[in-house]
Amino acid sequence: MSGPNILDMSAPPMRAVGIKTQFGPNVIHENLDFTVNHGEIVGLVGGSGTGKSVLLNTMLGLKEPEGGYVEYFGQNRDELTADMRGQINKEMGVLFQGGALFSSMTVRENVMVPMRESTNLSLSLMRELADMKINMVGLPPESAVLYPSDLSGGMKKRAGLARALALDPKLLFLDEPTAGLDPVGANAFDELILGLREAMGLTVLMVTHDLDSLYLICDRIAVLVDKHIAIADSLEAVTQYDHPWVKEYFGGPRSRAAMNAGKIAVSGQKE
Amino acid sequence: MLASTADYELEMQGETLIVHPSGCWNIEQAGSLDGRLAKDVALLSYDHVDYDMSSVEHLDTAGAYLLARAIRYGVKPAESWDVVSDSAGHKTLMRAATSAVLGQEPRVPRQWYDAFARLGKATVRFWDELIETLAFIGHFFVVLLKVIVQPRRLRKRAIISFIESVGLDAAPIVMVLSFFIGAVIAYMGANLLAAFGASIFMVDLVGFSVLRELAVIITAILLAGRSDSAFTASIGAMKMRQEIDAMTVMGMDTYEVLVVPRAIACIIAMPILSFLAMMSGLAGGLIVAWATADIPPVLFFNRLNDAVGVSNLWVGLVKTPFFGLIIAVIGCRQGLAVTGSVESLGQRTTTSVVQAIFAVILVDAMFAILFFQLGV
Repeated sequence: MSGPNILDMSAPPMRAVGIKTQFGPNVIHENLDFTVNHGEIVGLVGGSGTGKSVLLNTMLGLKEPEGGYVEYFGQNRDELTADMRGQINKEMGVLFQGGALFSSMTVRENVMVPMRESTNLSLSLMRELADMKINMVGLPPESAVLYPSDLSGGMKKRAGLARALALDPKLLFLDEPTAGLDPVGANAFDELILGLREAMGLTVLMVTHDLDSLYLICDRIAVLVDKHIAIADSLEAVTQYDHPWVKEYFGGPRSRAAMNAGKIAVSGQKE
Repeated sequence: MLASTADYELEMQGETLIVHPSGCWNIEQAGSLDGRLAKDVALLSYDHVDYDMSSVEHLDTAGAYLLARAIRYGVKPAESWDVVSDSAGHKTLMRAATSAVLGQEPRVPRQWYDAFARLGKATVRFWDELIETLAFIGHFFVVLLKVIVQPRRLRKRAIISFIESVGLDAAPIVMVLSFFIGAVIAYMGANLLAAFGASIFMVDLVGFSVLRELAVIITAILLAGRSDSAFTASIGAMKMRQEIDAMTVMGMDTYEVLVVPRAIACIIAMPILSFLAMMSGLAGGLIVAWATADIPPVLFFNRLNDAVGVSNLWVGLVKTPFFGLIIAVIGCRQGLAVTGSVESLGQRTTTSVVQAIFAVILVDAMFAILFFQLGV
């Protein structure tokens, strides 16, 4: 059944091989290899300006790399048929940094856009499902009829997440999802992601600086330094990794506090 | 991805309803399942729902939402529910689905009522717009006077860069357009006047129309389309990204920083552009006159001097600073009126161009009346 029109769901959902990115003479990534496995939550960290968002865009297909290639479910992206690309795009949900909501539509209509485009649900069911998603991400029901310009930054982010989740994607890309959320909201968000992963085998790639998220929900942490992914491993392995930036990142006071909190939370769950 | 069809069986045990869903309960199947479960449980009376998820292959939020309807749509809503499943995720999904709160229904449009409401709103908006524009112009002049009194506050660098983008960059297109307009007028004259054997009057026609009106109007309309919209869009985008707020907090006067340099640039660029337009319009007329009516350039210029004279050039040019001012002020005013949404940016840009062209033609008509009364 491995014909060109069937996705091999057992292959890694996403793999970047030998990626090279450059803007003019400025090389951002060189020889970057990175795999996201099925059902994983991978956190991508790196200093400002190391090209985390650029890498995310490359993996998403918004940007073509100057070298190397990206694979989805074991197939080179450049060799996919338009049909397959469409099918894969349906399996991807993206939360952009600023939410990227369509400003001419209400929140509910925003969430309904992917459903309208690729399902044949009745309008009323779409509306109810959209309201459910809005509720899931912790927005009050009144916000369904508001326009994005009436929302605060954190609310926009949640609405963007609701839209990313509209089709229950297999692959979720999150660009700084918890930035701008209050701690309660951020915790609820983390739990939501864990629940969705458990229920639907969701694979998540998140760019984040929220150390709590990194400690609590990420299975692996990929560190983008020196133009490539230096290490992508469990938290323990990454904190032991010998690189000045990594040491600084995970050895700082904020990091230690979050790590302790994470340990307490984890042991609490086990008891 | 082989998706087996979603189905379910219902079982009653005392006051408990047991739902046995099977297959893939996902968004692809949701369309066909929509409404079925709600209908089936509508006549059953129970106060607890058990979900037996053992034969569910795949569950997503849409599926969970449909299953959760069993709780709500009985004779009376069930008081409690539980999930029997190996997967903790199923429970999480069901919890999310059952706690879903529906937002307000979209408002049903009422045709007549809405039409009148829109008309009323448009009237109020028109009035507000008028008041605000006048207030803006007033505020602008106050700031302009302040800047003139204290020339150190003038942003010369910004003014020069705007003169480049408003004036120099627009010069080629203005000249080409005006050249063609001059040529077209000459052609019209050539046909019409040759019938009377008065081809030489072509020069009068081209001279009067290009110098007094056409070159100036063409330049003003082009500037309205080109720079006025750019002012609105760039200031509007700054407003959306809170750059204007940042400026205000730093104690900078937005009128002084944004509006005055643009206005001064337009006031300077507009006469220069108009002059260039006049010259190339005349050149267009000259070439056509030479080619079609055998009027050599020397004769053309002699006739131009005798019949049209330099006074008409001044009549044309004296209007131009006013047009430049109007265009800049309207562009900035609409840009500062942009609110948060992208839609308002587009709407304001449109309004800005329409208002600028309208205002230019209105002011031009007023000048025409004035000059007529003055006899120039």
